[in-house]
Amino acid sequence: MVSPSEFAQQLVNALSLGSIYALLALGLSMVYGVLGMLNFAFGELVTITAYTMLFLANHGAPFPVMAIGGVFAAVIASILMELVAFRPLRGASFVTLLFTSFAVAELLQNVFRQAISSRPKGVPVPSLFDNAVRVGSVRIGVLPLITAGVGATALVLLTLFMRRSRSGIAMRAASQDFATARLVGVRANRVISLAFAISGLLAGIAGVLWISRTTAVQPTTGFVPILEAFIASVIGGLGNLRGAVAGGFFLGALEVFLQATLPGKILPFAQAVALLIVVAILYVRPQGLFGRRVEAKV
Amino acid sequence: MTGQPPRPLLSVDEITVAYGPVTALHGVSLQVSEGEIVAVLGPNGAGKTTLLRTLAGALRPRHGQIWLDGKRLDGIVPEEAVRRGIATVPEGRLVFPGLTVEENLQLGAISRRDRQAIRAEIDELFSMFPILGERRAQPAGTLSGGEQQQLSIGRALMARPRVMLLDEPSLGLAPIIVGQIFALLRDLRGRGATLLLVEQNVHKALEIADRAYVLSVGRVVTSGPARTLATGELERMYLGMSRAR
Ligand SMILES: Nc1ncnc2c1ncn2[C@@H]1O[C@H](COP(=O)(O)OP(=O)(O)OP(=O)(O)O)[C@@H](O)[C@H]1O
Ligand SMILES: [Mg+2]
Repeated sequence: MVSPSEFAQQLVNALSLGSIYALLALGLSMVYGVLGMLNFAFGELVTITAYTMLFLANHGAPFPVMAIGGVFAAVIASILMELVAFRPLRGASFVTLLFTSFAVAELLQNVFRQAISSRPKGVPVPSLFDNAVRVGSVRIGVLPLITAGVGATALVLLTLFMRRSRSGIAMRAASQDFATARLVGVRANRVISLAFAISGLLAGIAGVLWISRTTAVQPTTGFVPILEAFIASVIGGLGNLRGAVAGGFFLGALEVFLQATLPGKILPFAQAVALLIVVAILYVRPQGLFGRRVEAKV
Repeated sequence: MTGQPPRPLLSVDEITVAYGPVTALHGVSLQVSEGEIVAVLGPNGAGKTTLLRTLAGALRPRHGQIWLDGKRLDGIVPEEAVRRGIATVPEGRLVFPGLTVEENLQLGAISRRDRQAIRAEIDELFSMFPILGERRAQPAGTLSGGEQQQLSIGRALMARPRVMLLDEPSLGLAPIIVGQIFALLRDLRGRGATLLLVEQNVHKALEIADRAYVLSVGRVVTSGPARTLATGELERMYLGMSRAR
C-alpha cells in the first residue's frame, strides 16, 4: 500500500512532470492552431535553451540569469525559424512544411554537433534543487515543487493573455478561421510571428525546467521533449489549447503512475508502456481524449 | 438627384478575376457613392461573392483597377483593405464560433487604436442589438442564425468602415428575421453608411437600394436606379433564371 507521504510526493511529481509536458504541448499546439503545421524543430528550441544556459554558466552567470537567457534565446530562435524557414513556404502543403521542420531540426542538430560537441555536457543547476521540504509529515522535492509552481504560473498567465488581450483574441480567431480573421483586419504576419514567439517562450520555460531535471545537454536533447509534446497534444486533440494542457498533465500522471507501480523488470520501459497506452487510447478516440475533430488547415 | 453626380467613393474599373483557369469576372465595372446603398444581384455562380472578395483584398484582379476615394485598392491584402475602410459581412456570416459575442466585436475593431471609443461603441451596439447584449459572454457559436448575422454586421461596423460589403445577409434566415436584417440596413443608411449589398432576395434588395447592378456569368448585364430595375426588365430576366437554392 502507498503511504500518504509517498502519495503526496508522487502527486507533486505528476504535477511537475505534467506541467512541463503541458507547456511543451501548448507550444506545439499554438503554432499548429494558427498555421496548421506541426513544427518538429520545436524540440531544438529546448536544446537551444539548454546550450544558452550552459554558455551563460561558463561565463559565470548565476542560475536566474541562465534561465532568463535560455528562455530569451528560445523566443528569438523560434521567431527566426519561422521567418527564415517557414515564411517563404507560406501556403505550402502540410507535408512540405512537416518535412521542412524535420530538415530544420536535423540542420540545427548538426550545427550543435559541429560547433559545440556531440557529447553530453553537464549544465550546472543550484544544489538547492536536490533538497526536499517537509510539509507536516510529508517530504517533497524542491525541484518538483518549483517546476509545478512555475508551470502553473505560466499557464495562468498565458490563459489571461489569450483571453484578455487584443493579440490573444486575434490569435484565437486566427486559429479558428485564418481567412476570416484577415478579413476583419488581423495581420497575418504579425499573428504568425506572435504564435512562434509564444511557442518559443513555452519551449524555453519548459526547457529550463527540463534541463534542471536532467542537468545535461547534447545535440539530441530536444528529441524526448518534442516526442512528449506531440503525444500530449495528440491526446488533447491537436490544435486544441485546453486539450494540450489536459493531455500534458494526463501524460505526466500516467508516466509517474507507471514508474511507481510497474514491476522492476519492466521499469526501464515505462515510457514505452505509456506510449502503448496512448496509442490504444487514440485507436478508440482518434480525435483525442478532449478534442473534437479538428479540420486540416490550408 | 439631378445634375453633376458626386465622385464615387468606390470605383471598380474593368476588373477581371480568375480562379486558376476559371475566369469568374470579365471586365466588371461599378461605382458606389458616399451614403449610397448599391445592390449587386444575379443568379448562383454569377460572381457576386468573387466581386466582394476581390474588393476586400482576398482575391487579386488579373486586370483592371479598384479605387477607394482616389487611392488604388487592388493588390492589397485583406488586413490592409480593412484599414483603408472596407469591412466585409461575409457569405455564411462566419462569426468566430469559439469567441464570445463581445470578443467577436472587439476583433472587429482590431484595426483601430482608440480603445476608449471602442468600449463605448460596443456598448452602443449592445443597445442597438439588445439580444447580443444579453449574450455578450456567450460563445458566438451558440447564437441563432439571425443573431449571428446581427453579430457579423456589428463586427463589420466596429471597423468604422467607409464602405461595408454584405454578402447575402438574408440567406437562410426565417422571413421575420430577414425583415429585421433589412430594417437594420435601412437604419444604417439613415446613419450615413455606404453599403454594397449582394442579395438573392431581389425584391427586398431593390426596395432599400438606390442603384443596382445585375451580374450574370461574370459580366454586368444591367445596371441602373433600383426603382427602374424593380419594374419590368429585371423581373423578366429573373423569371428565366434559376432561383433554386
Ligand atoms: N475557390 C474557387 N475555385 C474555383 N472556382 C470558383 C471558386 N469560387 C468560385 N468559383 C467559381 O466562380 C464563379 C463565381 O462564383 P461566386 O461564388 O462568385 O458566385 P456567386 O454569384 O457568389 O454565387 P452564389 O449566388 O451561389 O453565392 C462560379 O462559376 C464558381 O464556380
Ligand atoms: Mg456567393
